[in-house]
Amino acid sequence: MDLSLTDEQEFLREAARGTLSRFKVVEAAREALDDGLEQLPDLWPAAREAGWAGLLISDEHGGAGLGVFDAMLVAEETGRVLAPVPFIGLLPATAILDAAGYDGLEAIAAGEVRPVWIPTRPPGDLEPNWTVDGPGAARPDAPAIEGDGDTVRVTGRASFVPDAPGADLLVVVGVDGTVAVVEAGAEGVTVEQVVRYDVTRALAHVTLDGAPGTRLDVSPDAAADAATSALGARGSMAAVAADAATSALGARGSMAAVAADAWYVAQALIAAEAVGTVQTTLEMSVQYAKERFTFGRAIGSYQAVKHELTEVLRRLENARSLLFYAGWARDSAPAEFPLAASAARSAAGSALDFGTRSNINVHGGIGATWEHDAPLYFRRAQLTRRLVGGHGDATDRVAERLLAA
Amino acid sequence: MDLNDTPEQAAYRETVRGWLEQHKAQAPEARSTRAGAEDAGYLAARRAWQGKLAEGGLAGVTWPHEFGGQGLGPIEQVIVNQELGRAGVPGILDVIGLGMLGPCLIAHGTDEQKGRYLGPMLHGDEVWCQMFSEPAAGSDLAAVQTRARAEDDGSFVLNGQKVWTTNAQFASFGLLLARTNPDVPKHKGMTMFIVPMDAPGITVRGLRQISGEAEFNEVFFDDVRVGPEMVVGGVDNGWGTALTVLMYERLTIGLGSEGMGYNPYRFARALSGDAAAVKDKAVRKAIGEIGTDLLALRFASYRTLSALSQGQIPGPESGLAKVTTVNAAIAAGDLIADVLGPDALGEDSEWSYMISFLPGLKSAGGTEQILRNTIGERVLGLPPEPRLDKGVPFSELAKLSRPGGSTSSGAIEKEEAAA
Repeated sequence: MDLSLTDEQEFLREAARGTLSRFKVVEAAREALDDGLEQLPDLWPAAREAGWAGLLISDEHGGAGLGVFDAMLVAEETGRVLAPVPFIGLLPATAILDAAGYDGLEAIAAGEVRPVWIPTRPPGDLEPNWTVDGPGAARPDAPAIEGDGDTVRVTGRASFVPDAPGADLLVVVGVDGTVAVVEAGAEGVTVEQVVRYDVTRALAHVTLDGAPGTRLDVSPDAAADAATSALGARGSMAAVAADAATSALGARGSMAAVAADAWYVAQALIAAEAVGTVQTTLEMSVQYAKERFTFGRAIGSYQAVKHELTEVLRRLENARSLLFYAGWARDSAPAEFPLAASAARSAAGSALDFGTRSNINVHGGIGATWEHDAPLYFRRAQLTRRLVGGHGDATDRVAERLLAA
Repeated sequence: MDLNDTPEQAAYRETVRGWLEQHKAQAPEARSTRAGAEDAGYLAARRAWQGKLAEGGLAGVTWPHEFGGQGLGPIEQVIVNQELGRAGVPGILDVIGLGMLGPCLIAHGTDEQKGRYLGPMLHGDEVWCQMFSEPAAGSDLAAVQTRARAEDDGSFVLNGQKVWTTNAQFASFGLLLARTNPDVPKHKGMTMFIVPMDAPGITVRGLRQISGEAEFNEVFFDDVRVGPEMVVGGVDNGWGTALTVLMYERLTIGLGSEGMGYNPYRFARALSGDAAAVKDKAVRKAIGEIGTDLLALRFASYRTLSALSQGQIPGPESGLAKVTTVNAAIAAGDLIADVLGPDALGEDSEWSYMISFLPGLKSAGGTEQILRNTIGERVLGLPPEPRLDKGVPFSELAKLSRPGGSTSSGAIEKEEAAA
């Protein structure tokens, strides 16, 4: 039993913290709210230099060949400072492309070409057409991928796609569970940047109107690896029988399974980012609770304040424990990864909601002013709660897995 | 990140598993509630089984060799717990003795005490109980009032009352925290004693709880005499001795939390037979949140184990796991009873037992509020609440416990009224 980080993981985390400390994102975010997105620093060159584009791409394709847990360590650091590094769009896309042995992986690993994953609910899901974020019952279907052979036409619309602005390649999961790559500049593709509440998250509505693309399939190597890891994992969980998507997922041996896995990779990354953000807000609140005096003593000595802050800590630590579960399951028990990643997102979401609000409460009125940093973390929480399925969807997936077990 | 055994741990697990395969036919059945405590035949079987486990090296795993233990670490203790669970047999009967009181005697006892008491404790021949809490001293343990009056011959005379005393009805000995000097501040005037539970003047009375079962006892002391050889850790040094017990209590709870049966799959199974409930959005949201919390606890305990294996001792933050456990289980009881209806409250229902048990558990081992105070101060580093009892001799504290009785608190009230 050893959950401590390896030296390499410690180094990865420290290096990420060092890289991000060169930017003043929070201050820039406040300016960007007033004066436009160009106030935000461009972190992509630093991210490329740090090798983050290739975190999940295998060695032989020029990547770092690291695991999702390693990527989550970096995501926690970006979450701490609200850094606009395009992980949520990028990393699930690279996981898919790597499994497919995509031709252009070297350039992607080097950060010269940036792909983005179009969030699509896992193939074989309960409500297969309820696939992307949007307004209520009007949620559009996942895109249709039509045509035989490698060359296909992709049609559909996806709202609030994280990290789509400026991406070079769109990795699209179709309503039928197949996957295609479409160049962002291709005919029939519209990427319309939108800003919603949290300027540190780049978002776009993506429309595909018969856009030409290439169909992806699982490379033989990836299929063999997946089969091995599925064998290792067998028996580690009460099998969710008769759920074809799940058993396929356990293996990541088919494109539909790889596409489903990408959904949960995104959930795990969002959870890790949120844990970083809550860590920061808790540090801010605790610091202020020690310094601010009322009725002759520090407000942190009052039980009402102290208990609220321990509640933030409780939710934070629960979420952090589930990051370990998600990271471990992805590598060692893939059949449990959907449950683990959904639980991590749910717990981290609850910590993020509570922690960012509590940070404002503890600061009192000043915490709700424009000049203060607390509202920027609150904005992050408000938008995150509603992206890529939202926290509520993650909680429902935990329920689904438990009730079906 | 590695959840697997090291080769050494795997070999130890094999040894333990092999021993259990050979001997498990001799084990009594495992009972899920503590109702077995009223069944003398069952208790005798559990004592005998503890003796067997001790002979096989499966009791006192972390105790030093010289006291009959195995000299191993907490990870090996967890391996034994897991293998006992896997074999479906009960573990030791005297968890409090072996987990908390024995280690305290090993740390603070005299050679005579260690030689006399540890062996019979380990083998289940003499069961022990912990006599700390009182009606007016729970979370504020240093407020104990049970008086130990020193006599001219060096012996002590005990008068007072203890409460929440598990196993007192069949224990041979108890470890008692009592006040020897009321004229110094409260943490300084206490002493720890070994008390034979059959001493004249001791009365043990079952304490029935919400469920109707008596899982705990009240213990009354009426001029009970103990000799000076029964003092553990020195006269007036009882608080330091008590802290050792409390440290081992945290460790015991931290390593045993999986065994409480508050399992997300068990709760979900109680609902999954009801097709309407399975589709109900409110039910799904509730079980999703409960399940998330309980899944987090599993990995929180792995984090604790990982820290232990690196030689760290669990700190007060493990109290957060207790808060999560209790509140998630309370929410699960409510949810399941909402779905199943009044039948869930039937006398034979496992849910009825759980629903009755949890309100008390919320205060066990320190109330949720005290745990949050401790964590806020020790983990987050927040300043403590101002205290009115600091540096005040115990004998003068009684004045503070009456409304408006202290000059200092009166002054604070006046100040606030003026502001």
